[in-house]
Formats: sequence, C-alpha cells, structure tokens
Amino acid sequence: MPELWQFTKLIRSKNAGPFELTFDVMFKDEDSFRKVMTSGSLTADLVSQIYRVDRKQVRFFVIESLFTVKISIPRPVFSGDVDDTDVYGGQFHGPLVRLQVNAE
Amino acid sequence: MKKIKAVAATGNLSSGFREETLVRAVQNGADFIGCDAGTTDSGPYYLGSGNPRGPREGTKRNLRLMIREGLNAGIPVIVGSAGHAGGTPHLNWTLEIVRELARENEWHFKLASIDSEIPNELLLAEFLKGRVTPLHPAPELEEASIRQAERFVAMMGIEPIQSALKLGAQVVVAGRCSDVAIYAALPVMEGIPKCVAFHAGKILECGSAAVAQRYYPDCMAAELDQDGFTIEPPNPDFRCTPQSVAAHTLYENADPYRLVESGGTVDTSTAQYEPISERAVRVSGAQFIPAEKYTVKIEGAALAGYRSIVVAGIRDPLILRQLDEFLTSLRAVVERKIEDSLKLNRRAYTLQFRIYGANGSLGRVEPCPQVEGHEVGLIIDVVAPSQSVAADILPIVWHTGLHHPIPEQEGLISNFAFPFSPPGADMGPVYRFCANHVWQLDDPCKPFRTTLENL
Repeated sequence: MPELWQFTKLIRSKNAGPFELTFDVMFKDEDSFRKVMTSGSLTADLVSQIYRVDRKQVRFFVIESLFTVKISIPRPVFSGDVDDTDVYGGQFHGPLVRLQVNAE
Repeated sequence: MKKIKAVAATGNLSSGFREETLVRAVQNGADFIGCDAGTTDSGPYYLGSGNPRGPREGTKRNLRLMIREGLNAGIPVIVGSAGHAGGTPHLNWTLEIVRELARENEWHFKLASIDSEIPNELLLAEFLKGRVTPLHPAPELEEASIRQAERFVAMMGIEPIQSALKLGAQVVVAGRCSDVAIYAALPVMEGIPKCVAFHAGKILECGSAAVAQRYYPDCMAAELDQDGFTIEPPNPDFRCTPQSVAAHTLYENADPYRLVESGGTVDTSTAQYEPISERAVRVSGAQFIPAEKYTVKIEGAALAGYRSIVVAGIRDPLILRQLDEFLTSLRAVVERKIEDSLKLNRRAYTLQFRIYGANGSLGRVEPCPQVEGHEVGLIIDVVAPSQSVAADILPIVWHTGLHHPIPEQEGLISNFAFPFSPPGADMGPVYRFCANHVWQLDDPCKPFRTTLENL
C-alpha cells in the first residue's frame, strides 16, 4: 500500500505556542490531494488514535486552495515540562509519514 | 493614497540577514525596520532563568546594521521580544548592546525601551479580581502558583509601541511583544486599516520564511495601503508566490484562518493572494474582527527542579530484548538505595529513562515503543529539588545500572557504554510554563513601562 509521504511535498509538526501542536500536510498536487482525501486514510479520528487525544480536541482543517490539511491538537505534555520529549514539537509528525493510504 | 513600506530585517534577531539585502530594502524606500527577537519555541528556560538566548555578537552585528540603516534613512527601528523571552533581564541585555553600539559608533538617537515584565503581586491582584482567565489548554494557575512563579511577562499589542514612536523614539526595544504588533504598530498609526496591517505583520514576522525557497535567513519587505499589501523579498534571489505567502499563514498557527491578536482577530479565510510579478504577491481581503474586551496574553515560568543527566549506549542484545523489564527492576533497586542512602522518597524527585531507539522522541504517545534496532541510546534523567540532590542521585542510578544483572548472564557485567568521563552532567534549573492566560486591560499601555533615553 502506498504511504502518505509519497503524495506530499511537506509533512511537518511544530509547536503552536507551548501548549498545542500543529501538523501541516501539503500535497504535491491536486491529484495526490484528492486521492488521499477520498481514501479516508487521513482523518481526525486517526489523529485522535495515534496521539491519544480526545477526538473533540482534534482540529482538522482541509484547505482546498493549497491542497493542504492542517491538524492541531493539545500537546501530550506542555513544551519543556519535566517529562517533555520534544521542546519544539518538530518530530511529532513521524508516525504520519508512513501512514498507509488506501488508494491506488 | 497613503502607503507605508515595512522592512523585516529577519525572522529572529539572532538568526541574521545579509547586509546587502537590508541596504537594498531601505534604498527601495522604507518607513521603518522591524525585527522579532523572541519566541516561546525553545521552551520555558529563558523566561524562567532570565538568561537571554544569544549569540551576543551575532545579535550585536544585526542590531548594528539595522540601527545604522535606520539612522541613515531617518526611519524608526522596532525590536520586539528582546533577548528571546522579553522579561526585564532580557530587555536590559538588549539595551546594553544598543548603548554599546551607540558609544562605539558615536551615534546619537532617542532610545525607547518598553518593559513588559509583570510583578507577581500585580498579576495576583488582577487574578483575584477575575481579570486573568485561562485559554485552552492551560496549566492551572492559582494564588500559590502565581506567588511562586519565577517570572511573568505580558505580550504587548501595537499601542505601547505607538506611544513610544509618538514620543519621537528612533529605536524602540520592546519586551515581550506580539510578533505581528512589531509590524502593525506604525502602519496603523499612519492610517492603514488593521485588517491590512495585521495580516501583513503575520507574513513579515518570519522574515524571508514566506518565500518559495528560503536558502538562508534574510529580509522581507511589504508595501501597505488602504486595500491590501504587496509583499516582495528585497533579495533578488528570492521570490514570493501566492502559494508561498498563503502557506506561511499556516505556520505555527493552530488555526489557519484566525489569527488572534490583542484587540481583535484577523480572519484570513476571505483573503486573496495574486501574483503581480515573478517575485511579488498582492494580498487583500482579510477581515479584522475587533475583540469585545482588550486582552493581552500572559506567559509565566516556574521552577520545576534541577536536572542531572547521564548518556549511555546499550548494545548487548540480551539486555535489549528485555529492556523494559531490565529498567523496571533497576528502578526498584535504585529507589531503595536512594531511600537508604539519601533518605529521599521516590516522590521527592523524578527519574526518567529516555530510550532513544524506542520512544525517546515521542514518549508516551509513541505508537511503536518497542526496540527494533541493534542498539539504543539511553538518557538517565534526574530532576530533584536542588542541584546537589540531583547530582547525588545520579551516580546511584548509573553505577547500579552499569552492573544490574540479567538472567542470561552470570558474573559481573557492565551494561552501559558511556561515551564520556564523567558520564553525565548537571544541567541546571528546569522551568515549566505556568500560564497560558489572558489579562483584560482597560488601557492597552498601562502595565507596560516605557523609558526614554537620549544616547
């Protein structure tokens, strides 16, 4: 099965302030964007499962004009707290990169 | 029709720009030069400790060029979030550099500094009046935690900067400050609508980050008018495209369309981005929705303890295949030893095994926490109420772990490959962000203290 990174030109995570994380998934082109979005493989439910955050806390934006999906969640641990693992939040997108996409 | 030309020196004062780009940007016509110097991205340490994030020489070089160009052209220079965290010590660090530059270059100008550090007692009084309220998500803030916090800053909007400019300041050094306000203050004062000035500020605040391909940090420029703004990188090797500019509004924002600022929210969902050349983009159509109440964001940092760490590799496959059990049984042994020798209950400190090769980067949300490779990197991480206690706990943990047994091996084994002697280091104080709140103000300038100096 193809993986998400094969459809995108950018997958990143980053702090949106010390208390939230935001993920930007920018697709290569309209075709890649449509394939992934119609596959149902990239959803708010999935993000809620991967990052163990309540579904209601997942903000999921589909920005058609940029062929981009933006997802924001509360941080599992606030930035820099004693048990934080990633102060900038720059590696949280890791599990999304090889996401299996149910598309041709 | 009145137009204002804004120049952003770079995205962060410490990251730099090319001298020739700034010179060109000012020659193209500029009404002011702005630069953001801070962020909370690098965690609570800087706000908590009062230490600036340098490098000092790099910051000085960048300030020298900005002030030189500003004075030559007779236009103001505005620096926000001085010294990284924008507290009083960070502001003073930056002001000292500016004074040093004035002396060395025999420059004479009017310097305004705006202090945004908020005394704990003042914040507490406002909190008890119900004027300090949490955003979501936020750490719990209460009377005791406000009293005990190391430092609070309030993030100023455009108004204190405008006041300083009206007093004739040629260089404004602001404490904690909205990135957008650095670039919106002067244009709004000159009659540019907030919907234009705030949206332009958001694009400008990261310097050249809004270009299609950023080869290195550099300047950015925008021309603002009543209906919109044109953004064009002053570096001829860079170009903006409608996609690159629109995409930049996503960066570091939880919501791609709503940019919440002191005094109101910029709604960019109706914005249009049109190419007007190979390198320039015209942006228009954002809306500014005024807030019912004027609020400023509060940031705070509290001391969480003192950290000591050890770095070690583990390469023995027999340990790796039972790493969780190994560390669980090690933890039980060292907790007992610490209790016996230091009289410290395990709740008096935190001991974390950070396992690179398993879940070092993502911690408890890692979907694949099992070890799959042939080695792991281990950080033994101790946080205790004082540095001496953390430093006392650390050798108990690493020395016990070094020889901790596994069933498959008889005799004394050495489990950790330490790359260093000594194997670890004291990391100093650890802070945590203790507030994500807003403070309702009657006067947007009131808690910010402006001082003028003639250099």
